[in-house]
Amino acid sequence: MFGRGLKTLSLVTVALMVGAFALVFFYAPNDADQGFVQKIFYLHVPLAIVALCGFVAAGIYGIRHLRTGDRLHDLRSYVAIHLSLILAVGALVSGSIWARGSWGVWWTWDEPTLVSFLIVFLLYACYQPLRFSIEDPERQARYASVFAITAGAFVPLNFLAVRLADSLVHPRVLSTTGGAMPGEMRLTFLVSLAGMACLYVTLWKYELASKHATFRLRALKRKLADEDWPSAPRRSAAPQL
Amino acid sequence: MRTAVAALIRKDVRLELRTRESVPAMVLFSIGTFVLFHFALDRDTVSGGLASGVLWVTLLFAAVLGINRLFVTEREEGGFDGFLLAPVDRTALFVAKAIVLFGFLAFVEVWVVAAFSILLLGPSPWPPLPELILVLALADAGIAVVGTLVAALAVQTRARDLLVPLLALPLSVPLVIAAANATAPLLADAGAGPLEGRWLAVLGLYDLVFGLLAYAIFDFLLED
Repeated sequence: MFGRGLKTLSLVTVALMVGAFALVFFYAPNDADQGFVQKIFYLHVPLAIVALCGFVAAGIYGIRHLRTGDRLHDLRSYVAIHLSLILAVGALVSGSIWARGSWGVWWTWDEPTLVSFLIVFLLYACYQPLRFSIEDPERQARYASVFAITAGAFVPLNFLAVRLADSLVHPRVLSTTGGAMPGEMRLTFLVSLAGMACLYVTLWKYELASKHATFRLRALKRKLADEDWPSAPRRSAAPQL
Repeated sequence: MRTAVAALIRKDVRLELRTRESVPAMVLFSIGTFVLFHFALDRDTVSGGLASGVLWVTLLFAAVLGINRLFVTEREEGGFDGFLLAPVDRTALFVAKAIVLFGFLAFVEVWVVAAFSILLLGPSPWPPLPELILVLALADAGIAVVGTLVAALAVQTRARDLLVPLLALPLSVPLVIAAANATAPLLADAGAGPLEGRWLAVLGLYDLVFGLLAYAIFDFLLED
């Protein structure tokens, strides 16, 4: 059910990622001020953008879950947040390394993008504990969707509020003026972004397929073993279908 | 809807008047925090940005205490079941609880701001009082809305006391940014500066977005 098109998608992802790294190392020019360390930009920014889009998408699946009552939407929302959290850790770490390399500090507070990203990360870090502390699976799914929707709406609002407390250390790569990126850099960046987005979708689909297969397998085993098989071997934060 | 909300508010206010559980605790906690700040910062008076930061962090932590208690009686004494049996719109519970929390916060702030200006605040609080009340009211509305949603989300979980601060603090970061920045010039040493419109706009936008959102999704927290 979730496995369809996975092979093509995986191949496209591999091609895009390899292409993106090739472009980063051999095609994109070194930055005039920052030199080689600036190339972490092609990893850091796509990680952050894709993670945030994943959080918002999880909120949209939360809405669909509440409207239709279909637990598969809850599973989609859960997997999206789960993967976005991993990407967010990557974005925070790579951003910290970049900040150390080019500004000389591991962390800077007068930087709206960084701070708002940290706040969003801290909020979503509560998602798994919230799920874990609700035992009834149906209620767990509903509450998790409510959380996903609230937090999804919080993401843009938080960025607005933090940005108003303004500063301009962080480069705005996708500003309305288009930033000041030369053509090679822009192309490399766009390929990296597309690669990261494809990687996210591929991983998302793989995890969905794997979780779904596990549930089906467990249901079949239960049928064969005449109900003796425990429905959920141990409590987990993951949705149970 | 209106009669249901009024009845729920009456119930909560009567409960609070009889048990005196939340509001006195919030006031005492805030005053204790001011004493702590006095020693931790090693200052006799504060003003400007520092004063507004101390005030808002204290108020927010006090609000978390109130949010923690907000639905406890409903859960422990079967109030949820009683409410679900009544033929009224479920959103009424959200509206009533948000209004009650707003009222509690406003009542607490009367005492807390008074205590703050006596204990810690350097400049006089009287000249900027109308603006201060406006900022407090807008921020209270935001805390009330988000707090009610978080309280309802957390009250049915096993880790209730843990989840409320974990969820409420990040969610109220935009409120604190806007409220603290709006209050800072009001409490400046050199006399009250003007109130900046953009912070009021952020507060208003936050109240509006989360108000509508909570109003729309609160139903799903009660279904059983």
